[in-house]
Amino acid sequence: MRKAASIHSGNARSGPGLSTTLRWGALIGGGALAAFGLSRRSRAGLAAAAAGGALAYAGTRVNTQSGDIISRSSILVNCSPREAYQFWRDFENLPQFMNHLDSVTVLDDSRSRWTALGPLGTRISWNAEIVSDHENELIGWRSLPESDIAVDGIVKFSPAPGNRGTLISPIIVYTPPAGRIGHSLARLLGKDPGFLMRQDLRRLKALIEAGEIPTTEGQSHGPRSALAAAARWADPDQPVGSQRKPVEMLGRQRRIS
Amino acid sequence: MKAVCWMGTEKMSVETVPDPTILNPRDAIVKITSTCICGSDLHLYNGFMPTMEQGDIMGHEFMGEVVEVGGAIKSDRLKVGDRVVVPFTIACGRCFFCQEQLWSCCDNSNPNYWMAEKLMGYSPSGLFGYTHMLGGYAGGQAQYARVPFADVGPLKVPAGIPDEKVVFLSDIFPTGWMGAENCNIRPGDTVAIWGCGPVGQFAIRSAFLLGAERVIAIDRFEYRLQLAREGGAETINYEQVDDLIQVLKDLTGNIGPDACMDAVGMEAHYSGPMWAIDRGKQILKMSVDRPNVLRQCIIACRKGGTVSVPGVYGGFLDKIPMGAYVNKALTMKTGQTHMMRYMKPLLERVERGEIDPSFVVSHRVPIDKAPEMYKTFRDKQDHCTKVVLDPWADGAAAA
Repeated sequence: MRKAASIHSGNARSGPGLSTTLRWGALIGGGALAAFGLSRRSRAGLAAAAAGGALAYAGTRVNTQSGDIISRSSILVNCSPREAYQFWRDFENLPQFMNHLDSVTVLDDSRSRWTALGPLGTRISWNAEIVSDHENELIGWRSLPESDIAVDGIVKFSPAPGNRGTLISPIIVYTPPAGRIGHSLARLLGKDPGFLMRQDLRRLKALIEAGEIPTTEGQSHGPRSALAAAARWADPDQPVGSQRKPVEMLGRQRRIS
Repeated sequence: MKAVCWMGTEKMSVETVPDPTILNPRDAIVKITSTCICGSDLHLYNGFMPTMEQGDIMGHEFMGEVVEVGGAIKSDRLKVGDRVVVPFTIACGRCFFCQEQLWSCCDNSNPNYWMAEKLMGYSPSGLFGYTHMLGGYAGGQAQYARVPFADVGPLKVPAGIPDEKVVFLSDIFPTGWMGAENCNIRPGDTVAIWGCGPVGQFAIRSAFLLGAERVIAIDRFEYRLQLAREGGAETINYEQVDDLIQVLKDLTGNIGPDACMDAVGMEAHYSGPMWAIDRGKQILKMSVDRPNVLRQCIIACRKGGTVSVPGVYGGFLDKIPMGAYVNKALTMKTGQTHMMRYMKPLLERVERGEIDPSFVVSHRVPIDKAPEMYKTFRDKQDHCTKVVLDPWADGAAAA
């Protein structure tokens, strides 16, 4: 947790820099190409549109950062530091609100096994140990040296001003190795690590405050269009490894009249 | 079950869809006995609200009977067989905002919080049958609906009081009431209300109940102005006067109304160059709003007065007279309705006979007629004020 801890104490800064420029360049350039292609109404135009679409899609998905992937945010939760600490301290609770985690198994007092969802149904696993634990204040953990990837995390719990609950502030630093696993991990977190963390924390807040995470997954609806299905594929809140089939997402239903 | 689905701009259709199921422990399923078309549904019908999807189930004004509850619902809060009115906003009851009674700002009820966050900075609560940015929850123009956080929202109503007297507690009566409450009414005040649709009608009556001495109601449809006069308001048909602001000045001895209420929102009708600009931008998708009523409210309001906005706006407004707003020391109050503050006290007023909300109903039709009623309501045909749908007419229990 040294890297995460140093960020917490303000020694490190990460800016958007080139990666943001690349991302938006791909989005805007790809979008323009797609629009141009569609306006041609020819086979070549269609090809241009497809290429543009692919480029824009890549812009939403591909991680353009190099080196460490830093995922950090904070959220105010209407609970005591004790409640927040206890919920997080049981690492097996984490997959309930961290969408990219498949499971966490606690092995003993300090060690745990983590499995994340990778692209195309792959799984990435590592073992971690708790390296610092201050009751109701802070938990730090780190992947064990022999792991395939290096993960370094810290979360702080501090009482909010005005007795308005607890500020939960995690920082998780992933150092992807070279090669296939590193590539998978980069894709997994590539949409926007900060965004994923904010989404995770929002789910955590709902879970602690309301006792459940709001959802519309599985609710009734009428016939969907292909456009809606495409929008769901590009939903930045869905894990890349999501297994849903296009047919399910279309969710076509029989029409009456 | 049958459900009214949004299939695209100006395309509504009644579809057969799967019955809703419990998805979360604090859910309930309600079998709907009465459901309505709201003026804000027309913004969706007309295609002005971004983030709708084909197949979305419409409707956020409904009531019925609880037929199933999730595992976390305590029986003293809600149980199978209860007759309930369901508020259109969804609230968890436990976050900072719910505890501050800012129910429509609940932090935990919008699963698509990030979408609204991008546009507004923070997301308000989830809503039934509205855009995906505001939750994308399936709505209540159907035979059944899934109600999340059902131990917070639904208001139990006693048997023996007809649906038509209580179903409007789901939105328009509390919305008109909060619009009037937001006028900061003091005894003797004059309130001007733009828009005599259902919310405007409830706002007129609420303003009087809250102590206003005069209410001046503004619209262009004679049948709606007639209904406003029946509620005690003086009326102005703005299409028949040259200068609405001057008429309001003349009516108030050149001081202006103490409060001005915009019960119209994003799709106001007006004329002249401002109309050409606003409508043109809407057609070009550069803007979703035509905010002329808000402009008029700010100009017409007396110095130090209040502008109340229950009307719905979607995005970024142009040419708002901020100079007038600042120099006249105005206050503006807005918000989706904090439903749970108002439902019970207003039910008590209905039970005491202080108001009979069924006065707004102009059409009662089977749910199968919903698509055509959207058009009738939008075009103000057939003196349409409020449409109540019966999901079970003809005993038609669809597959």
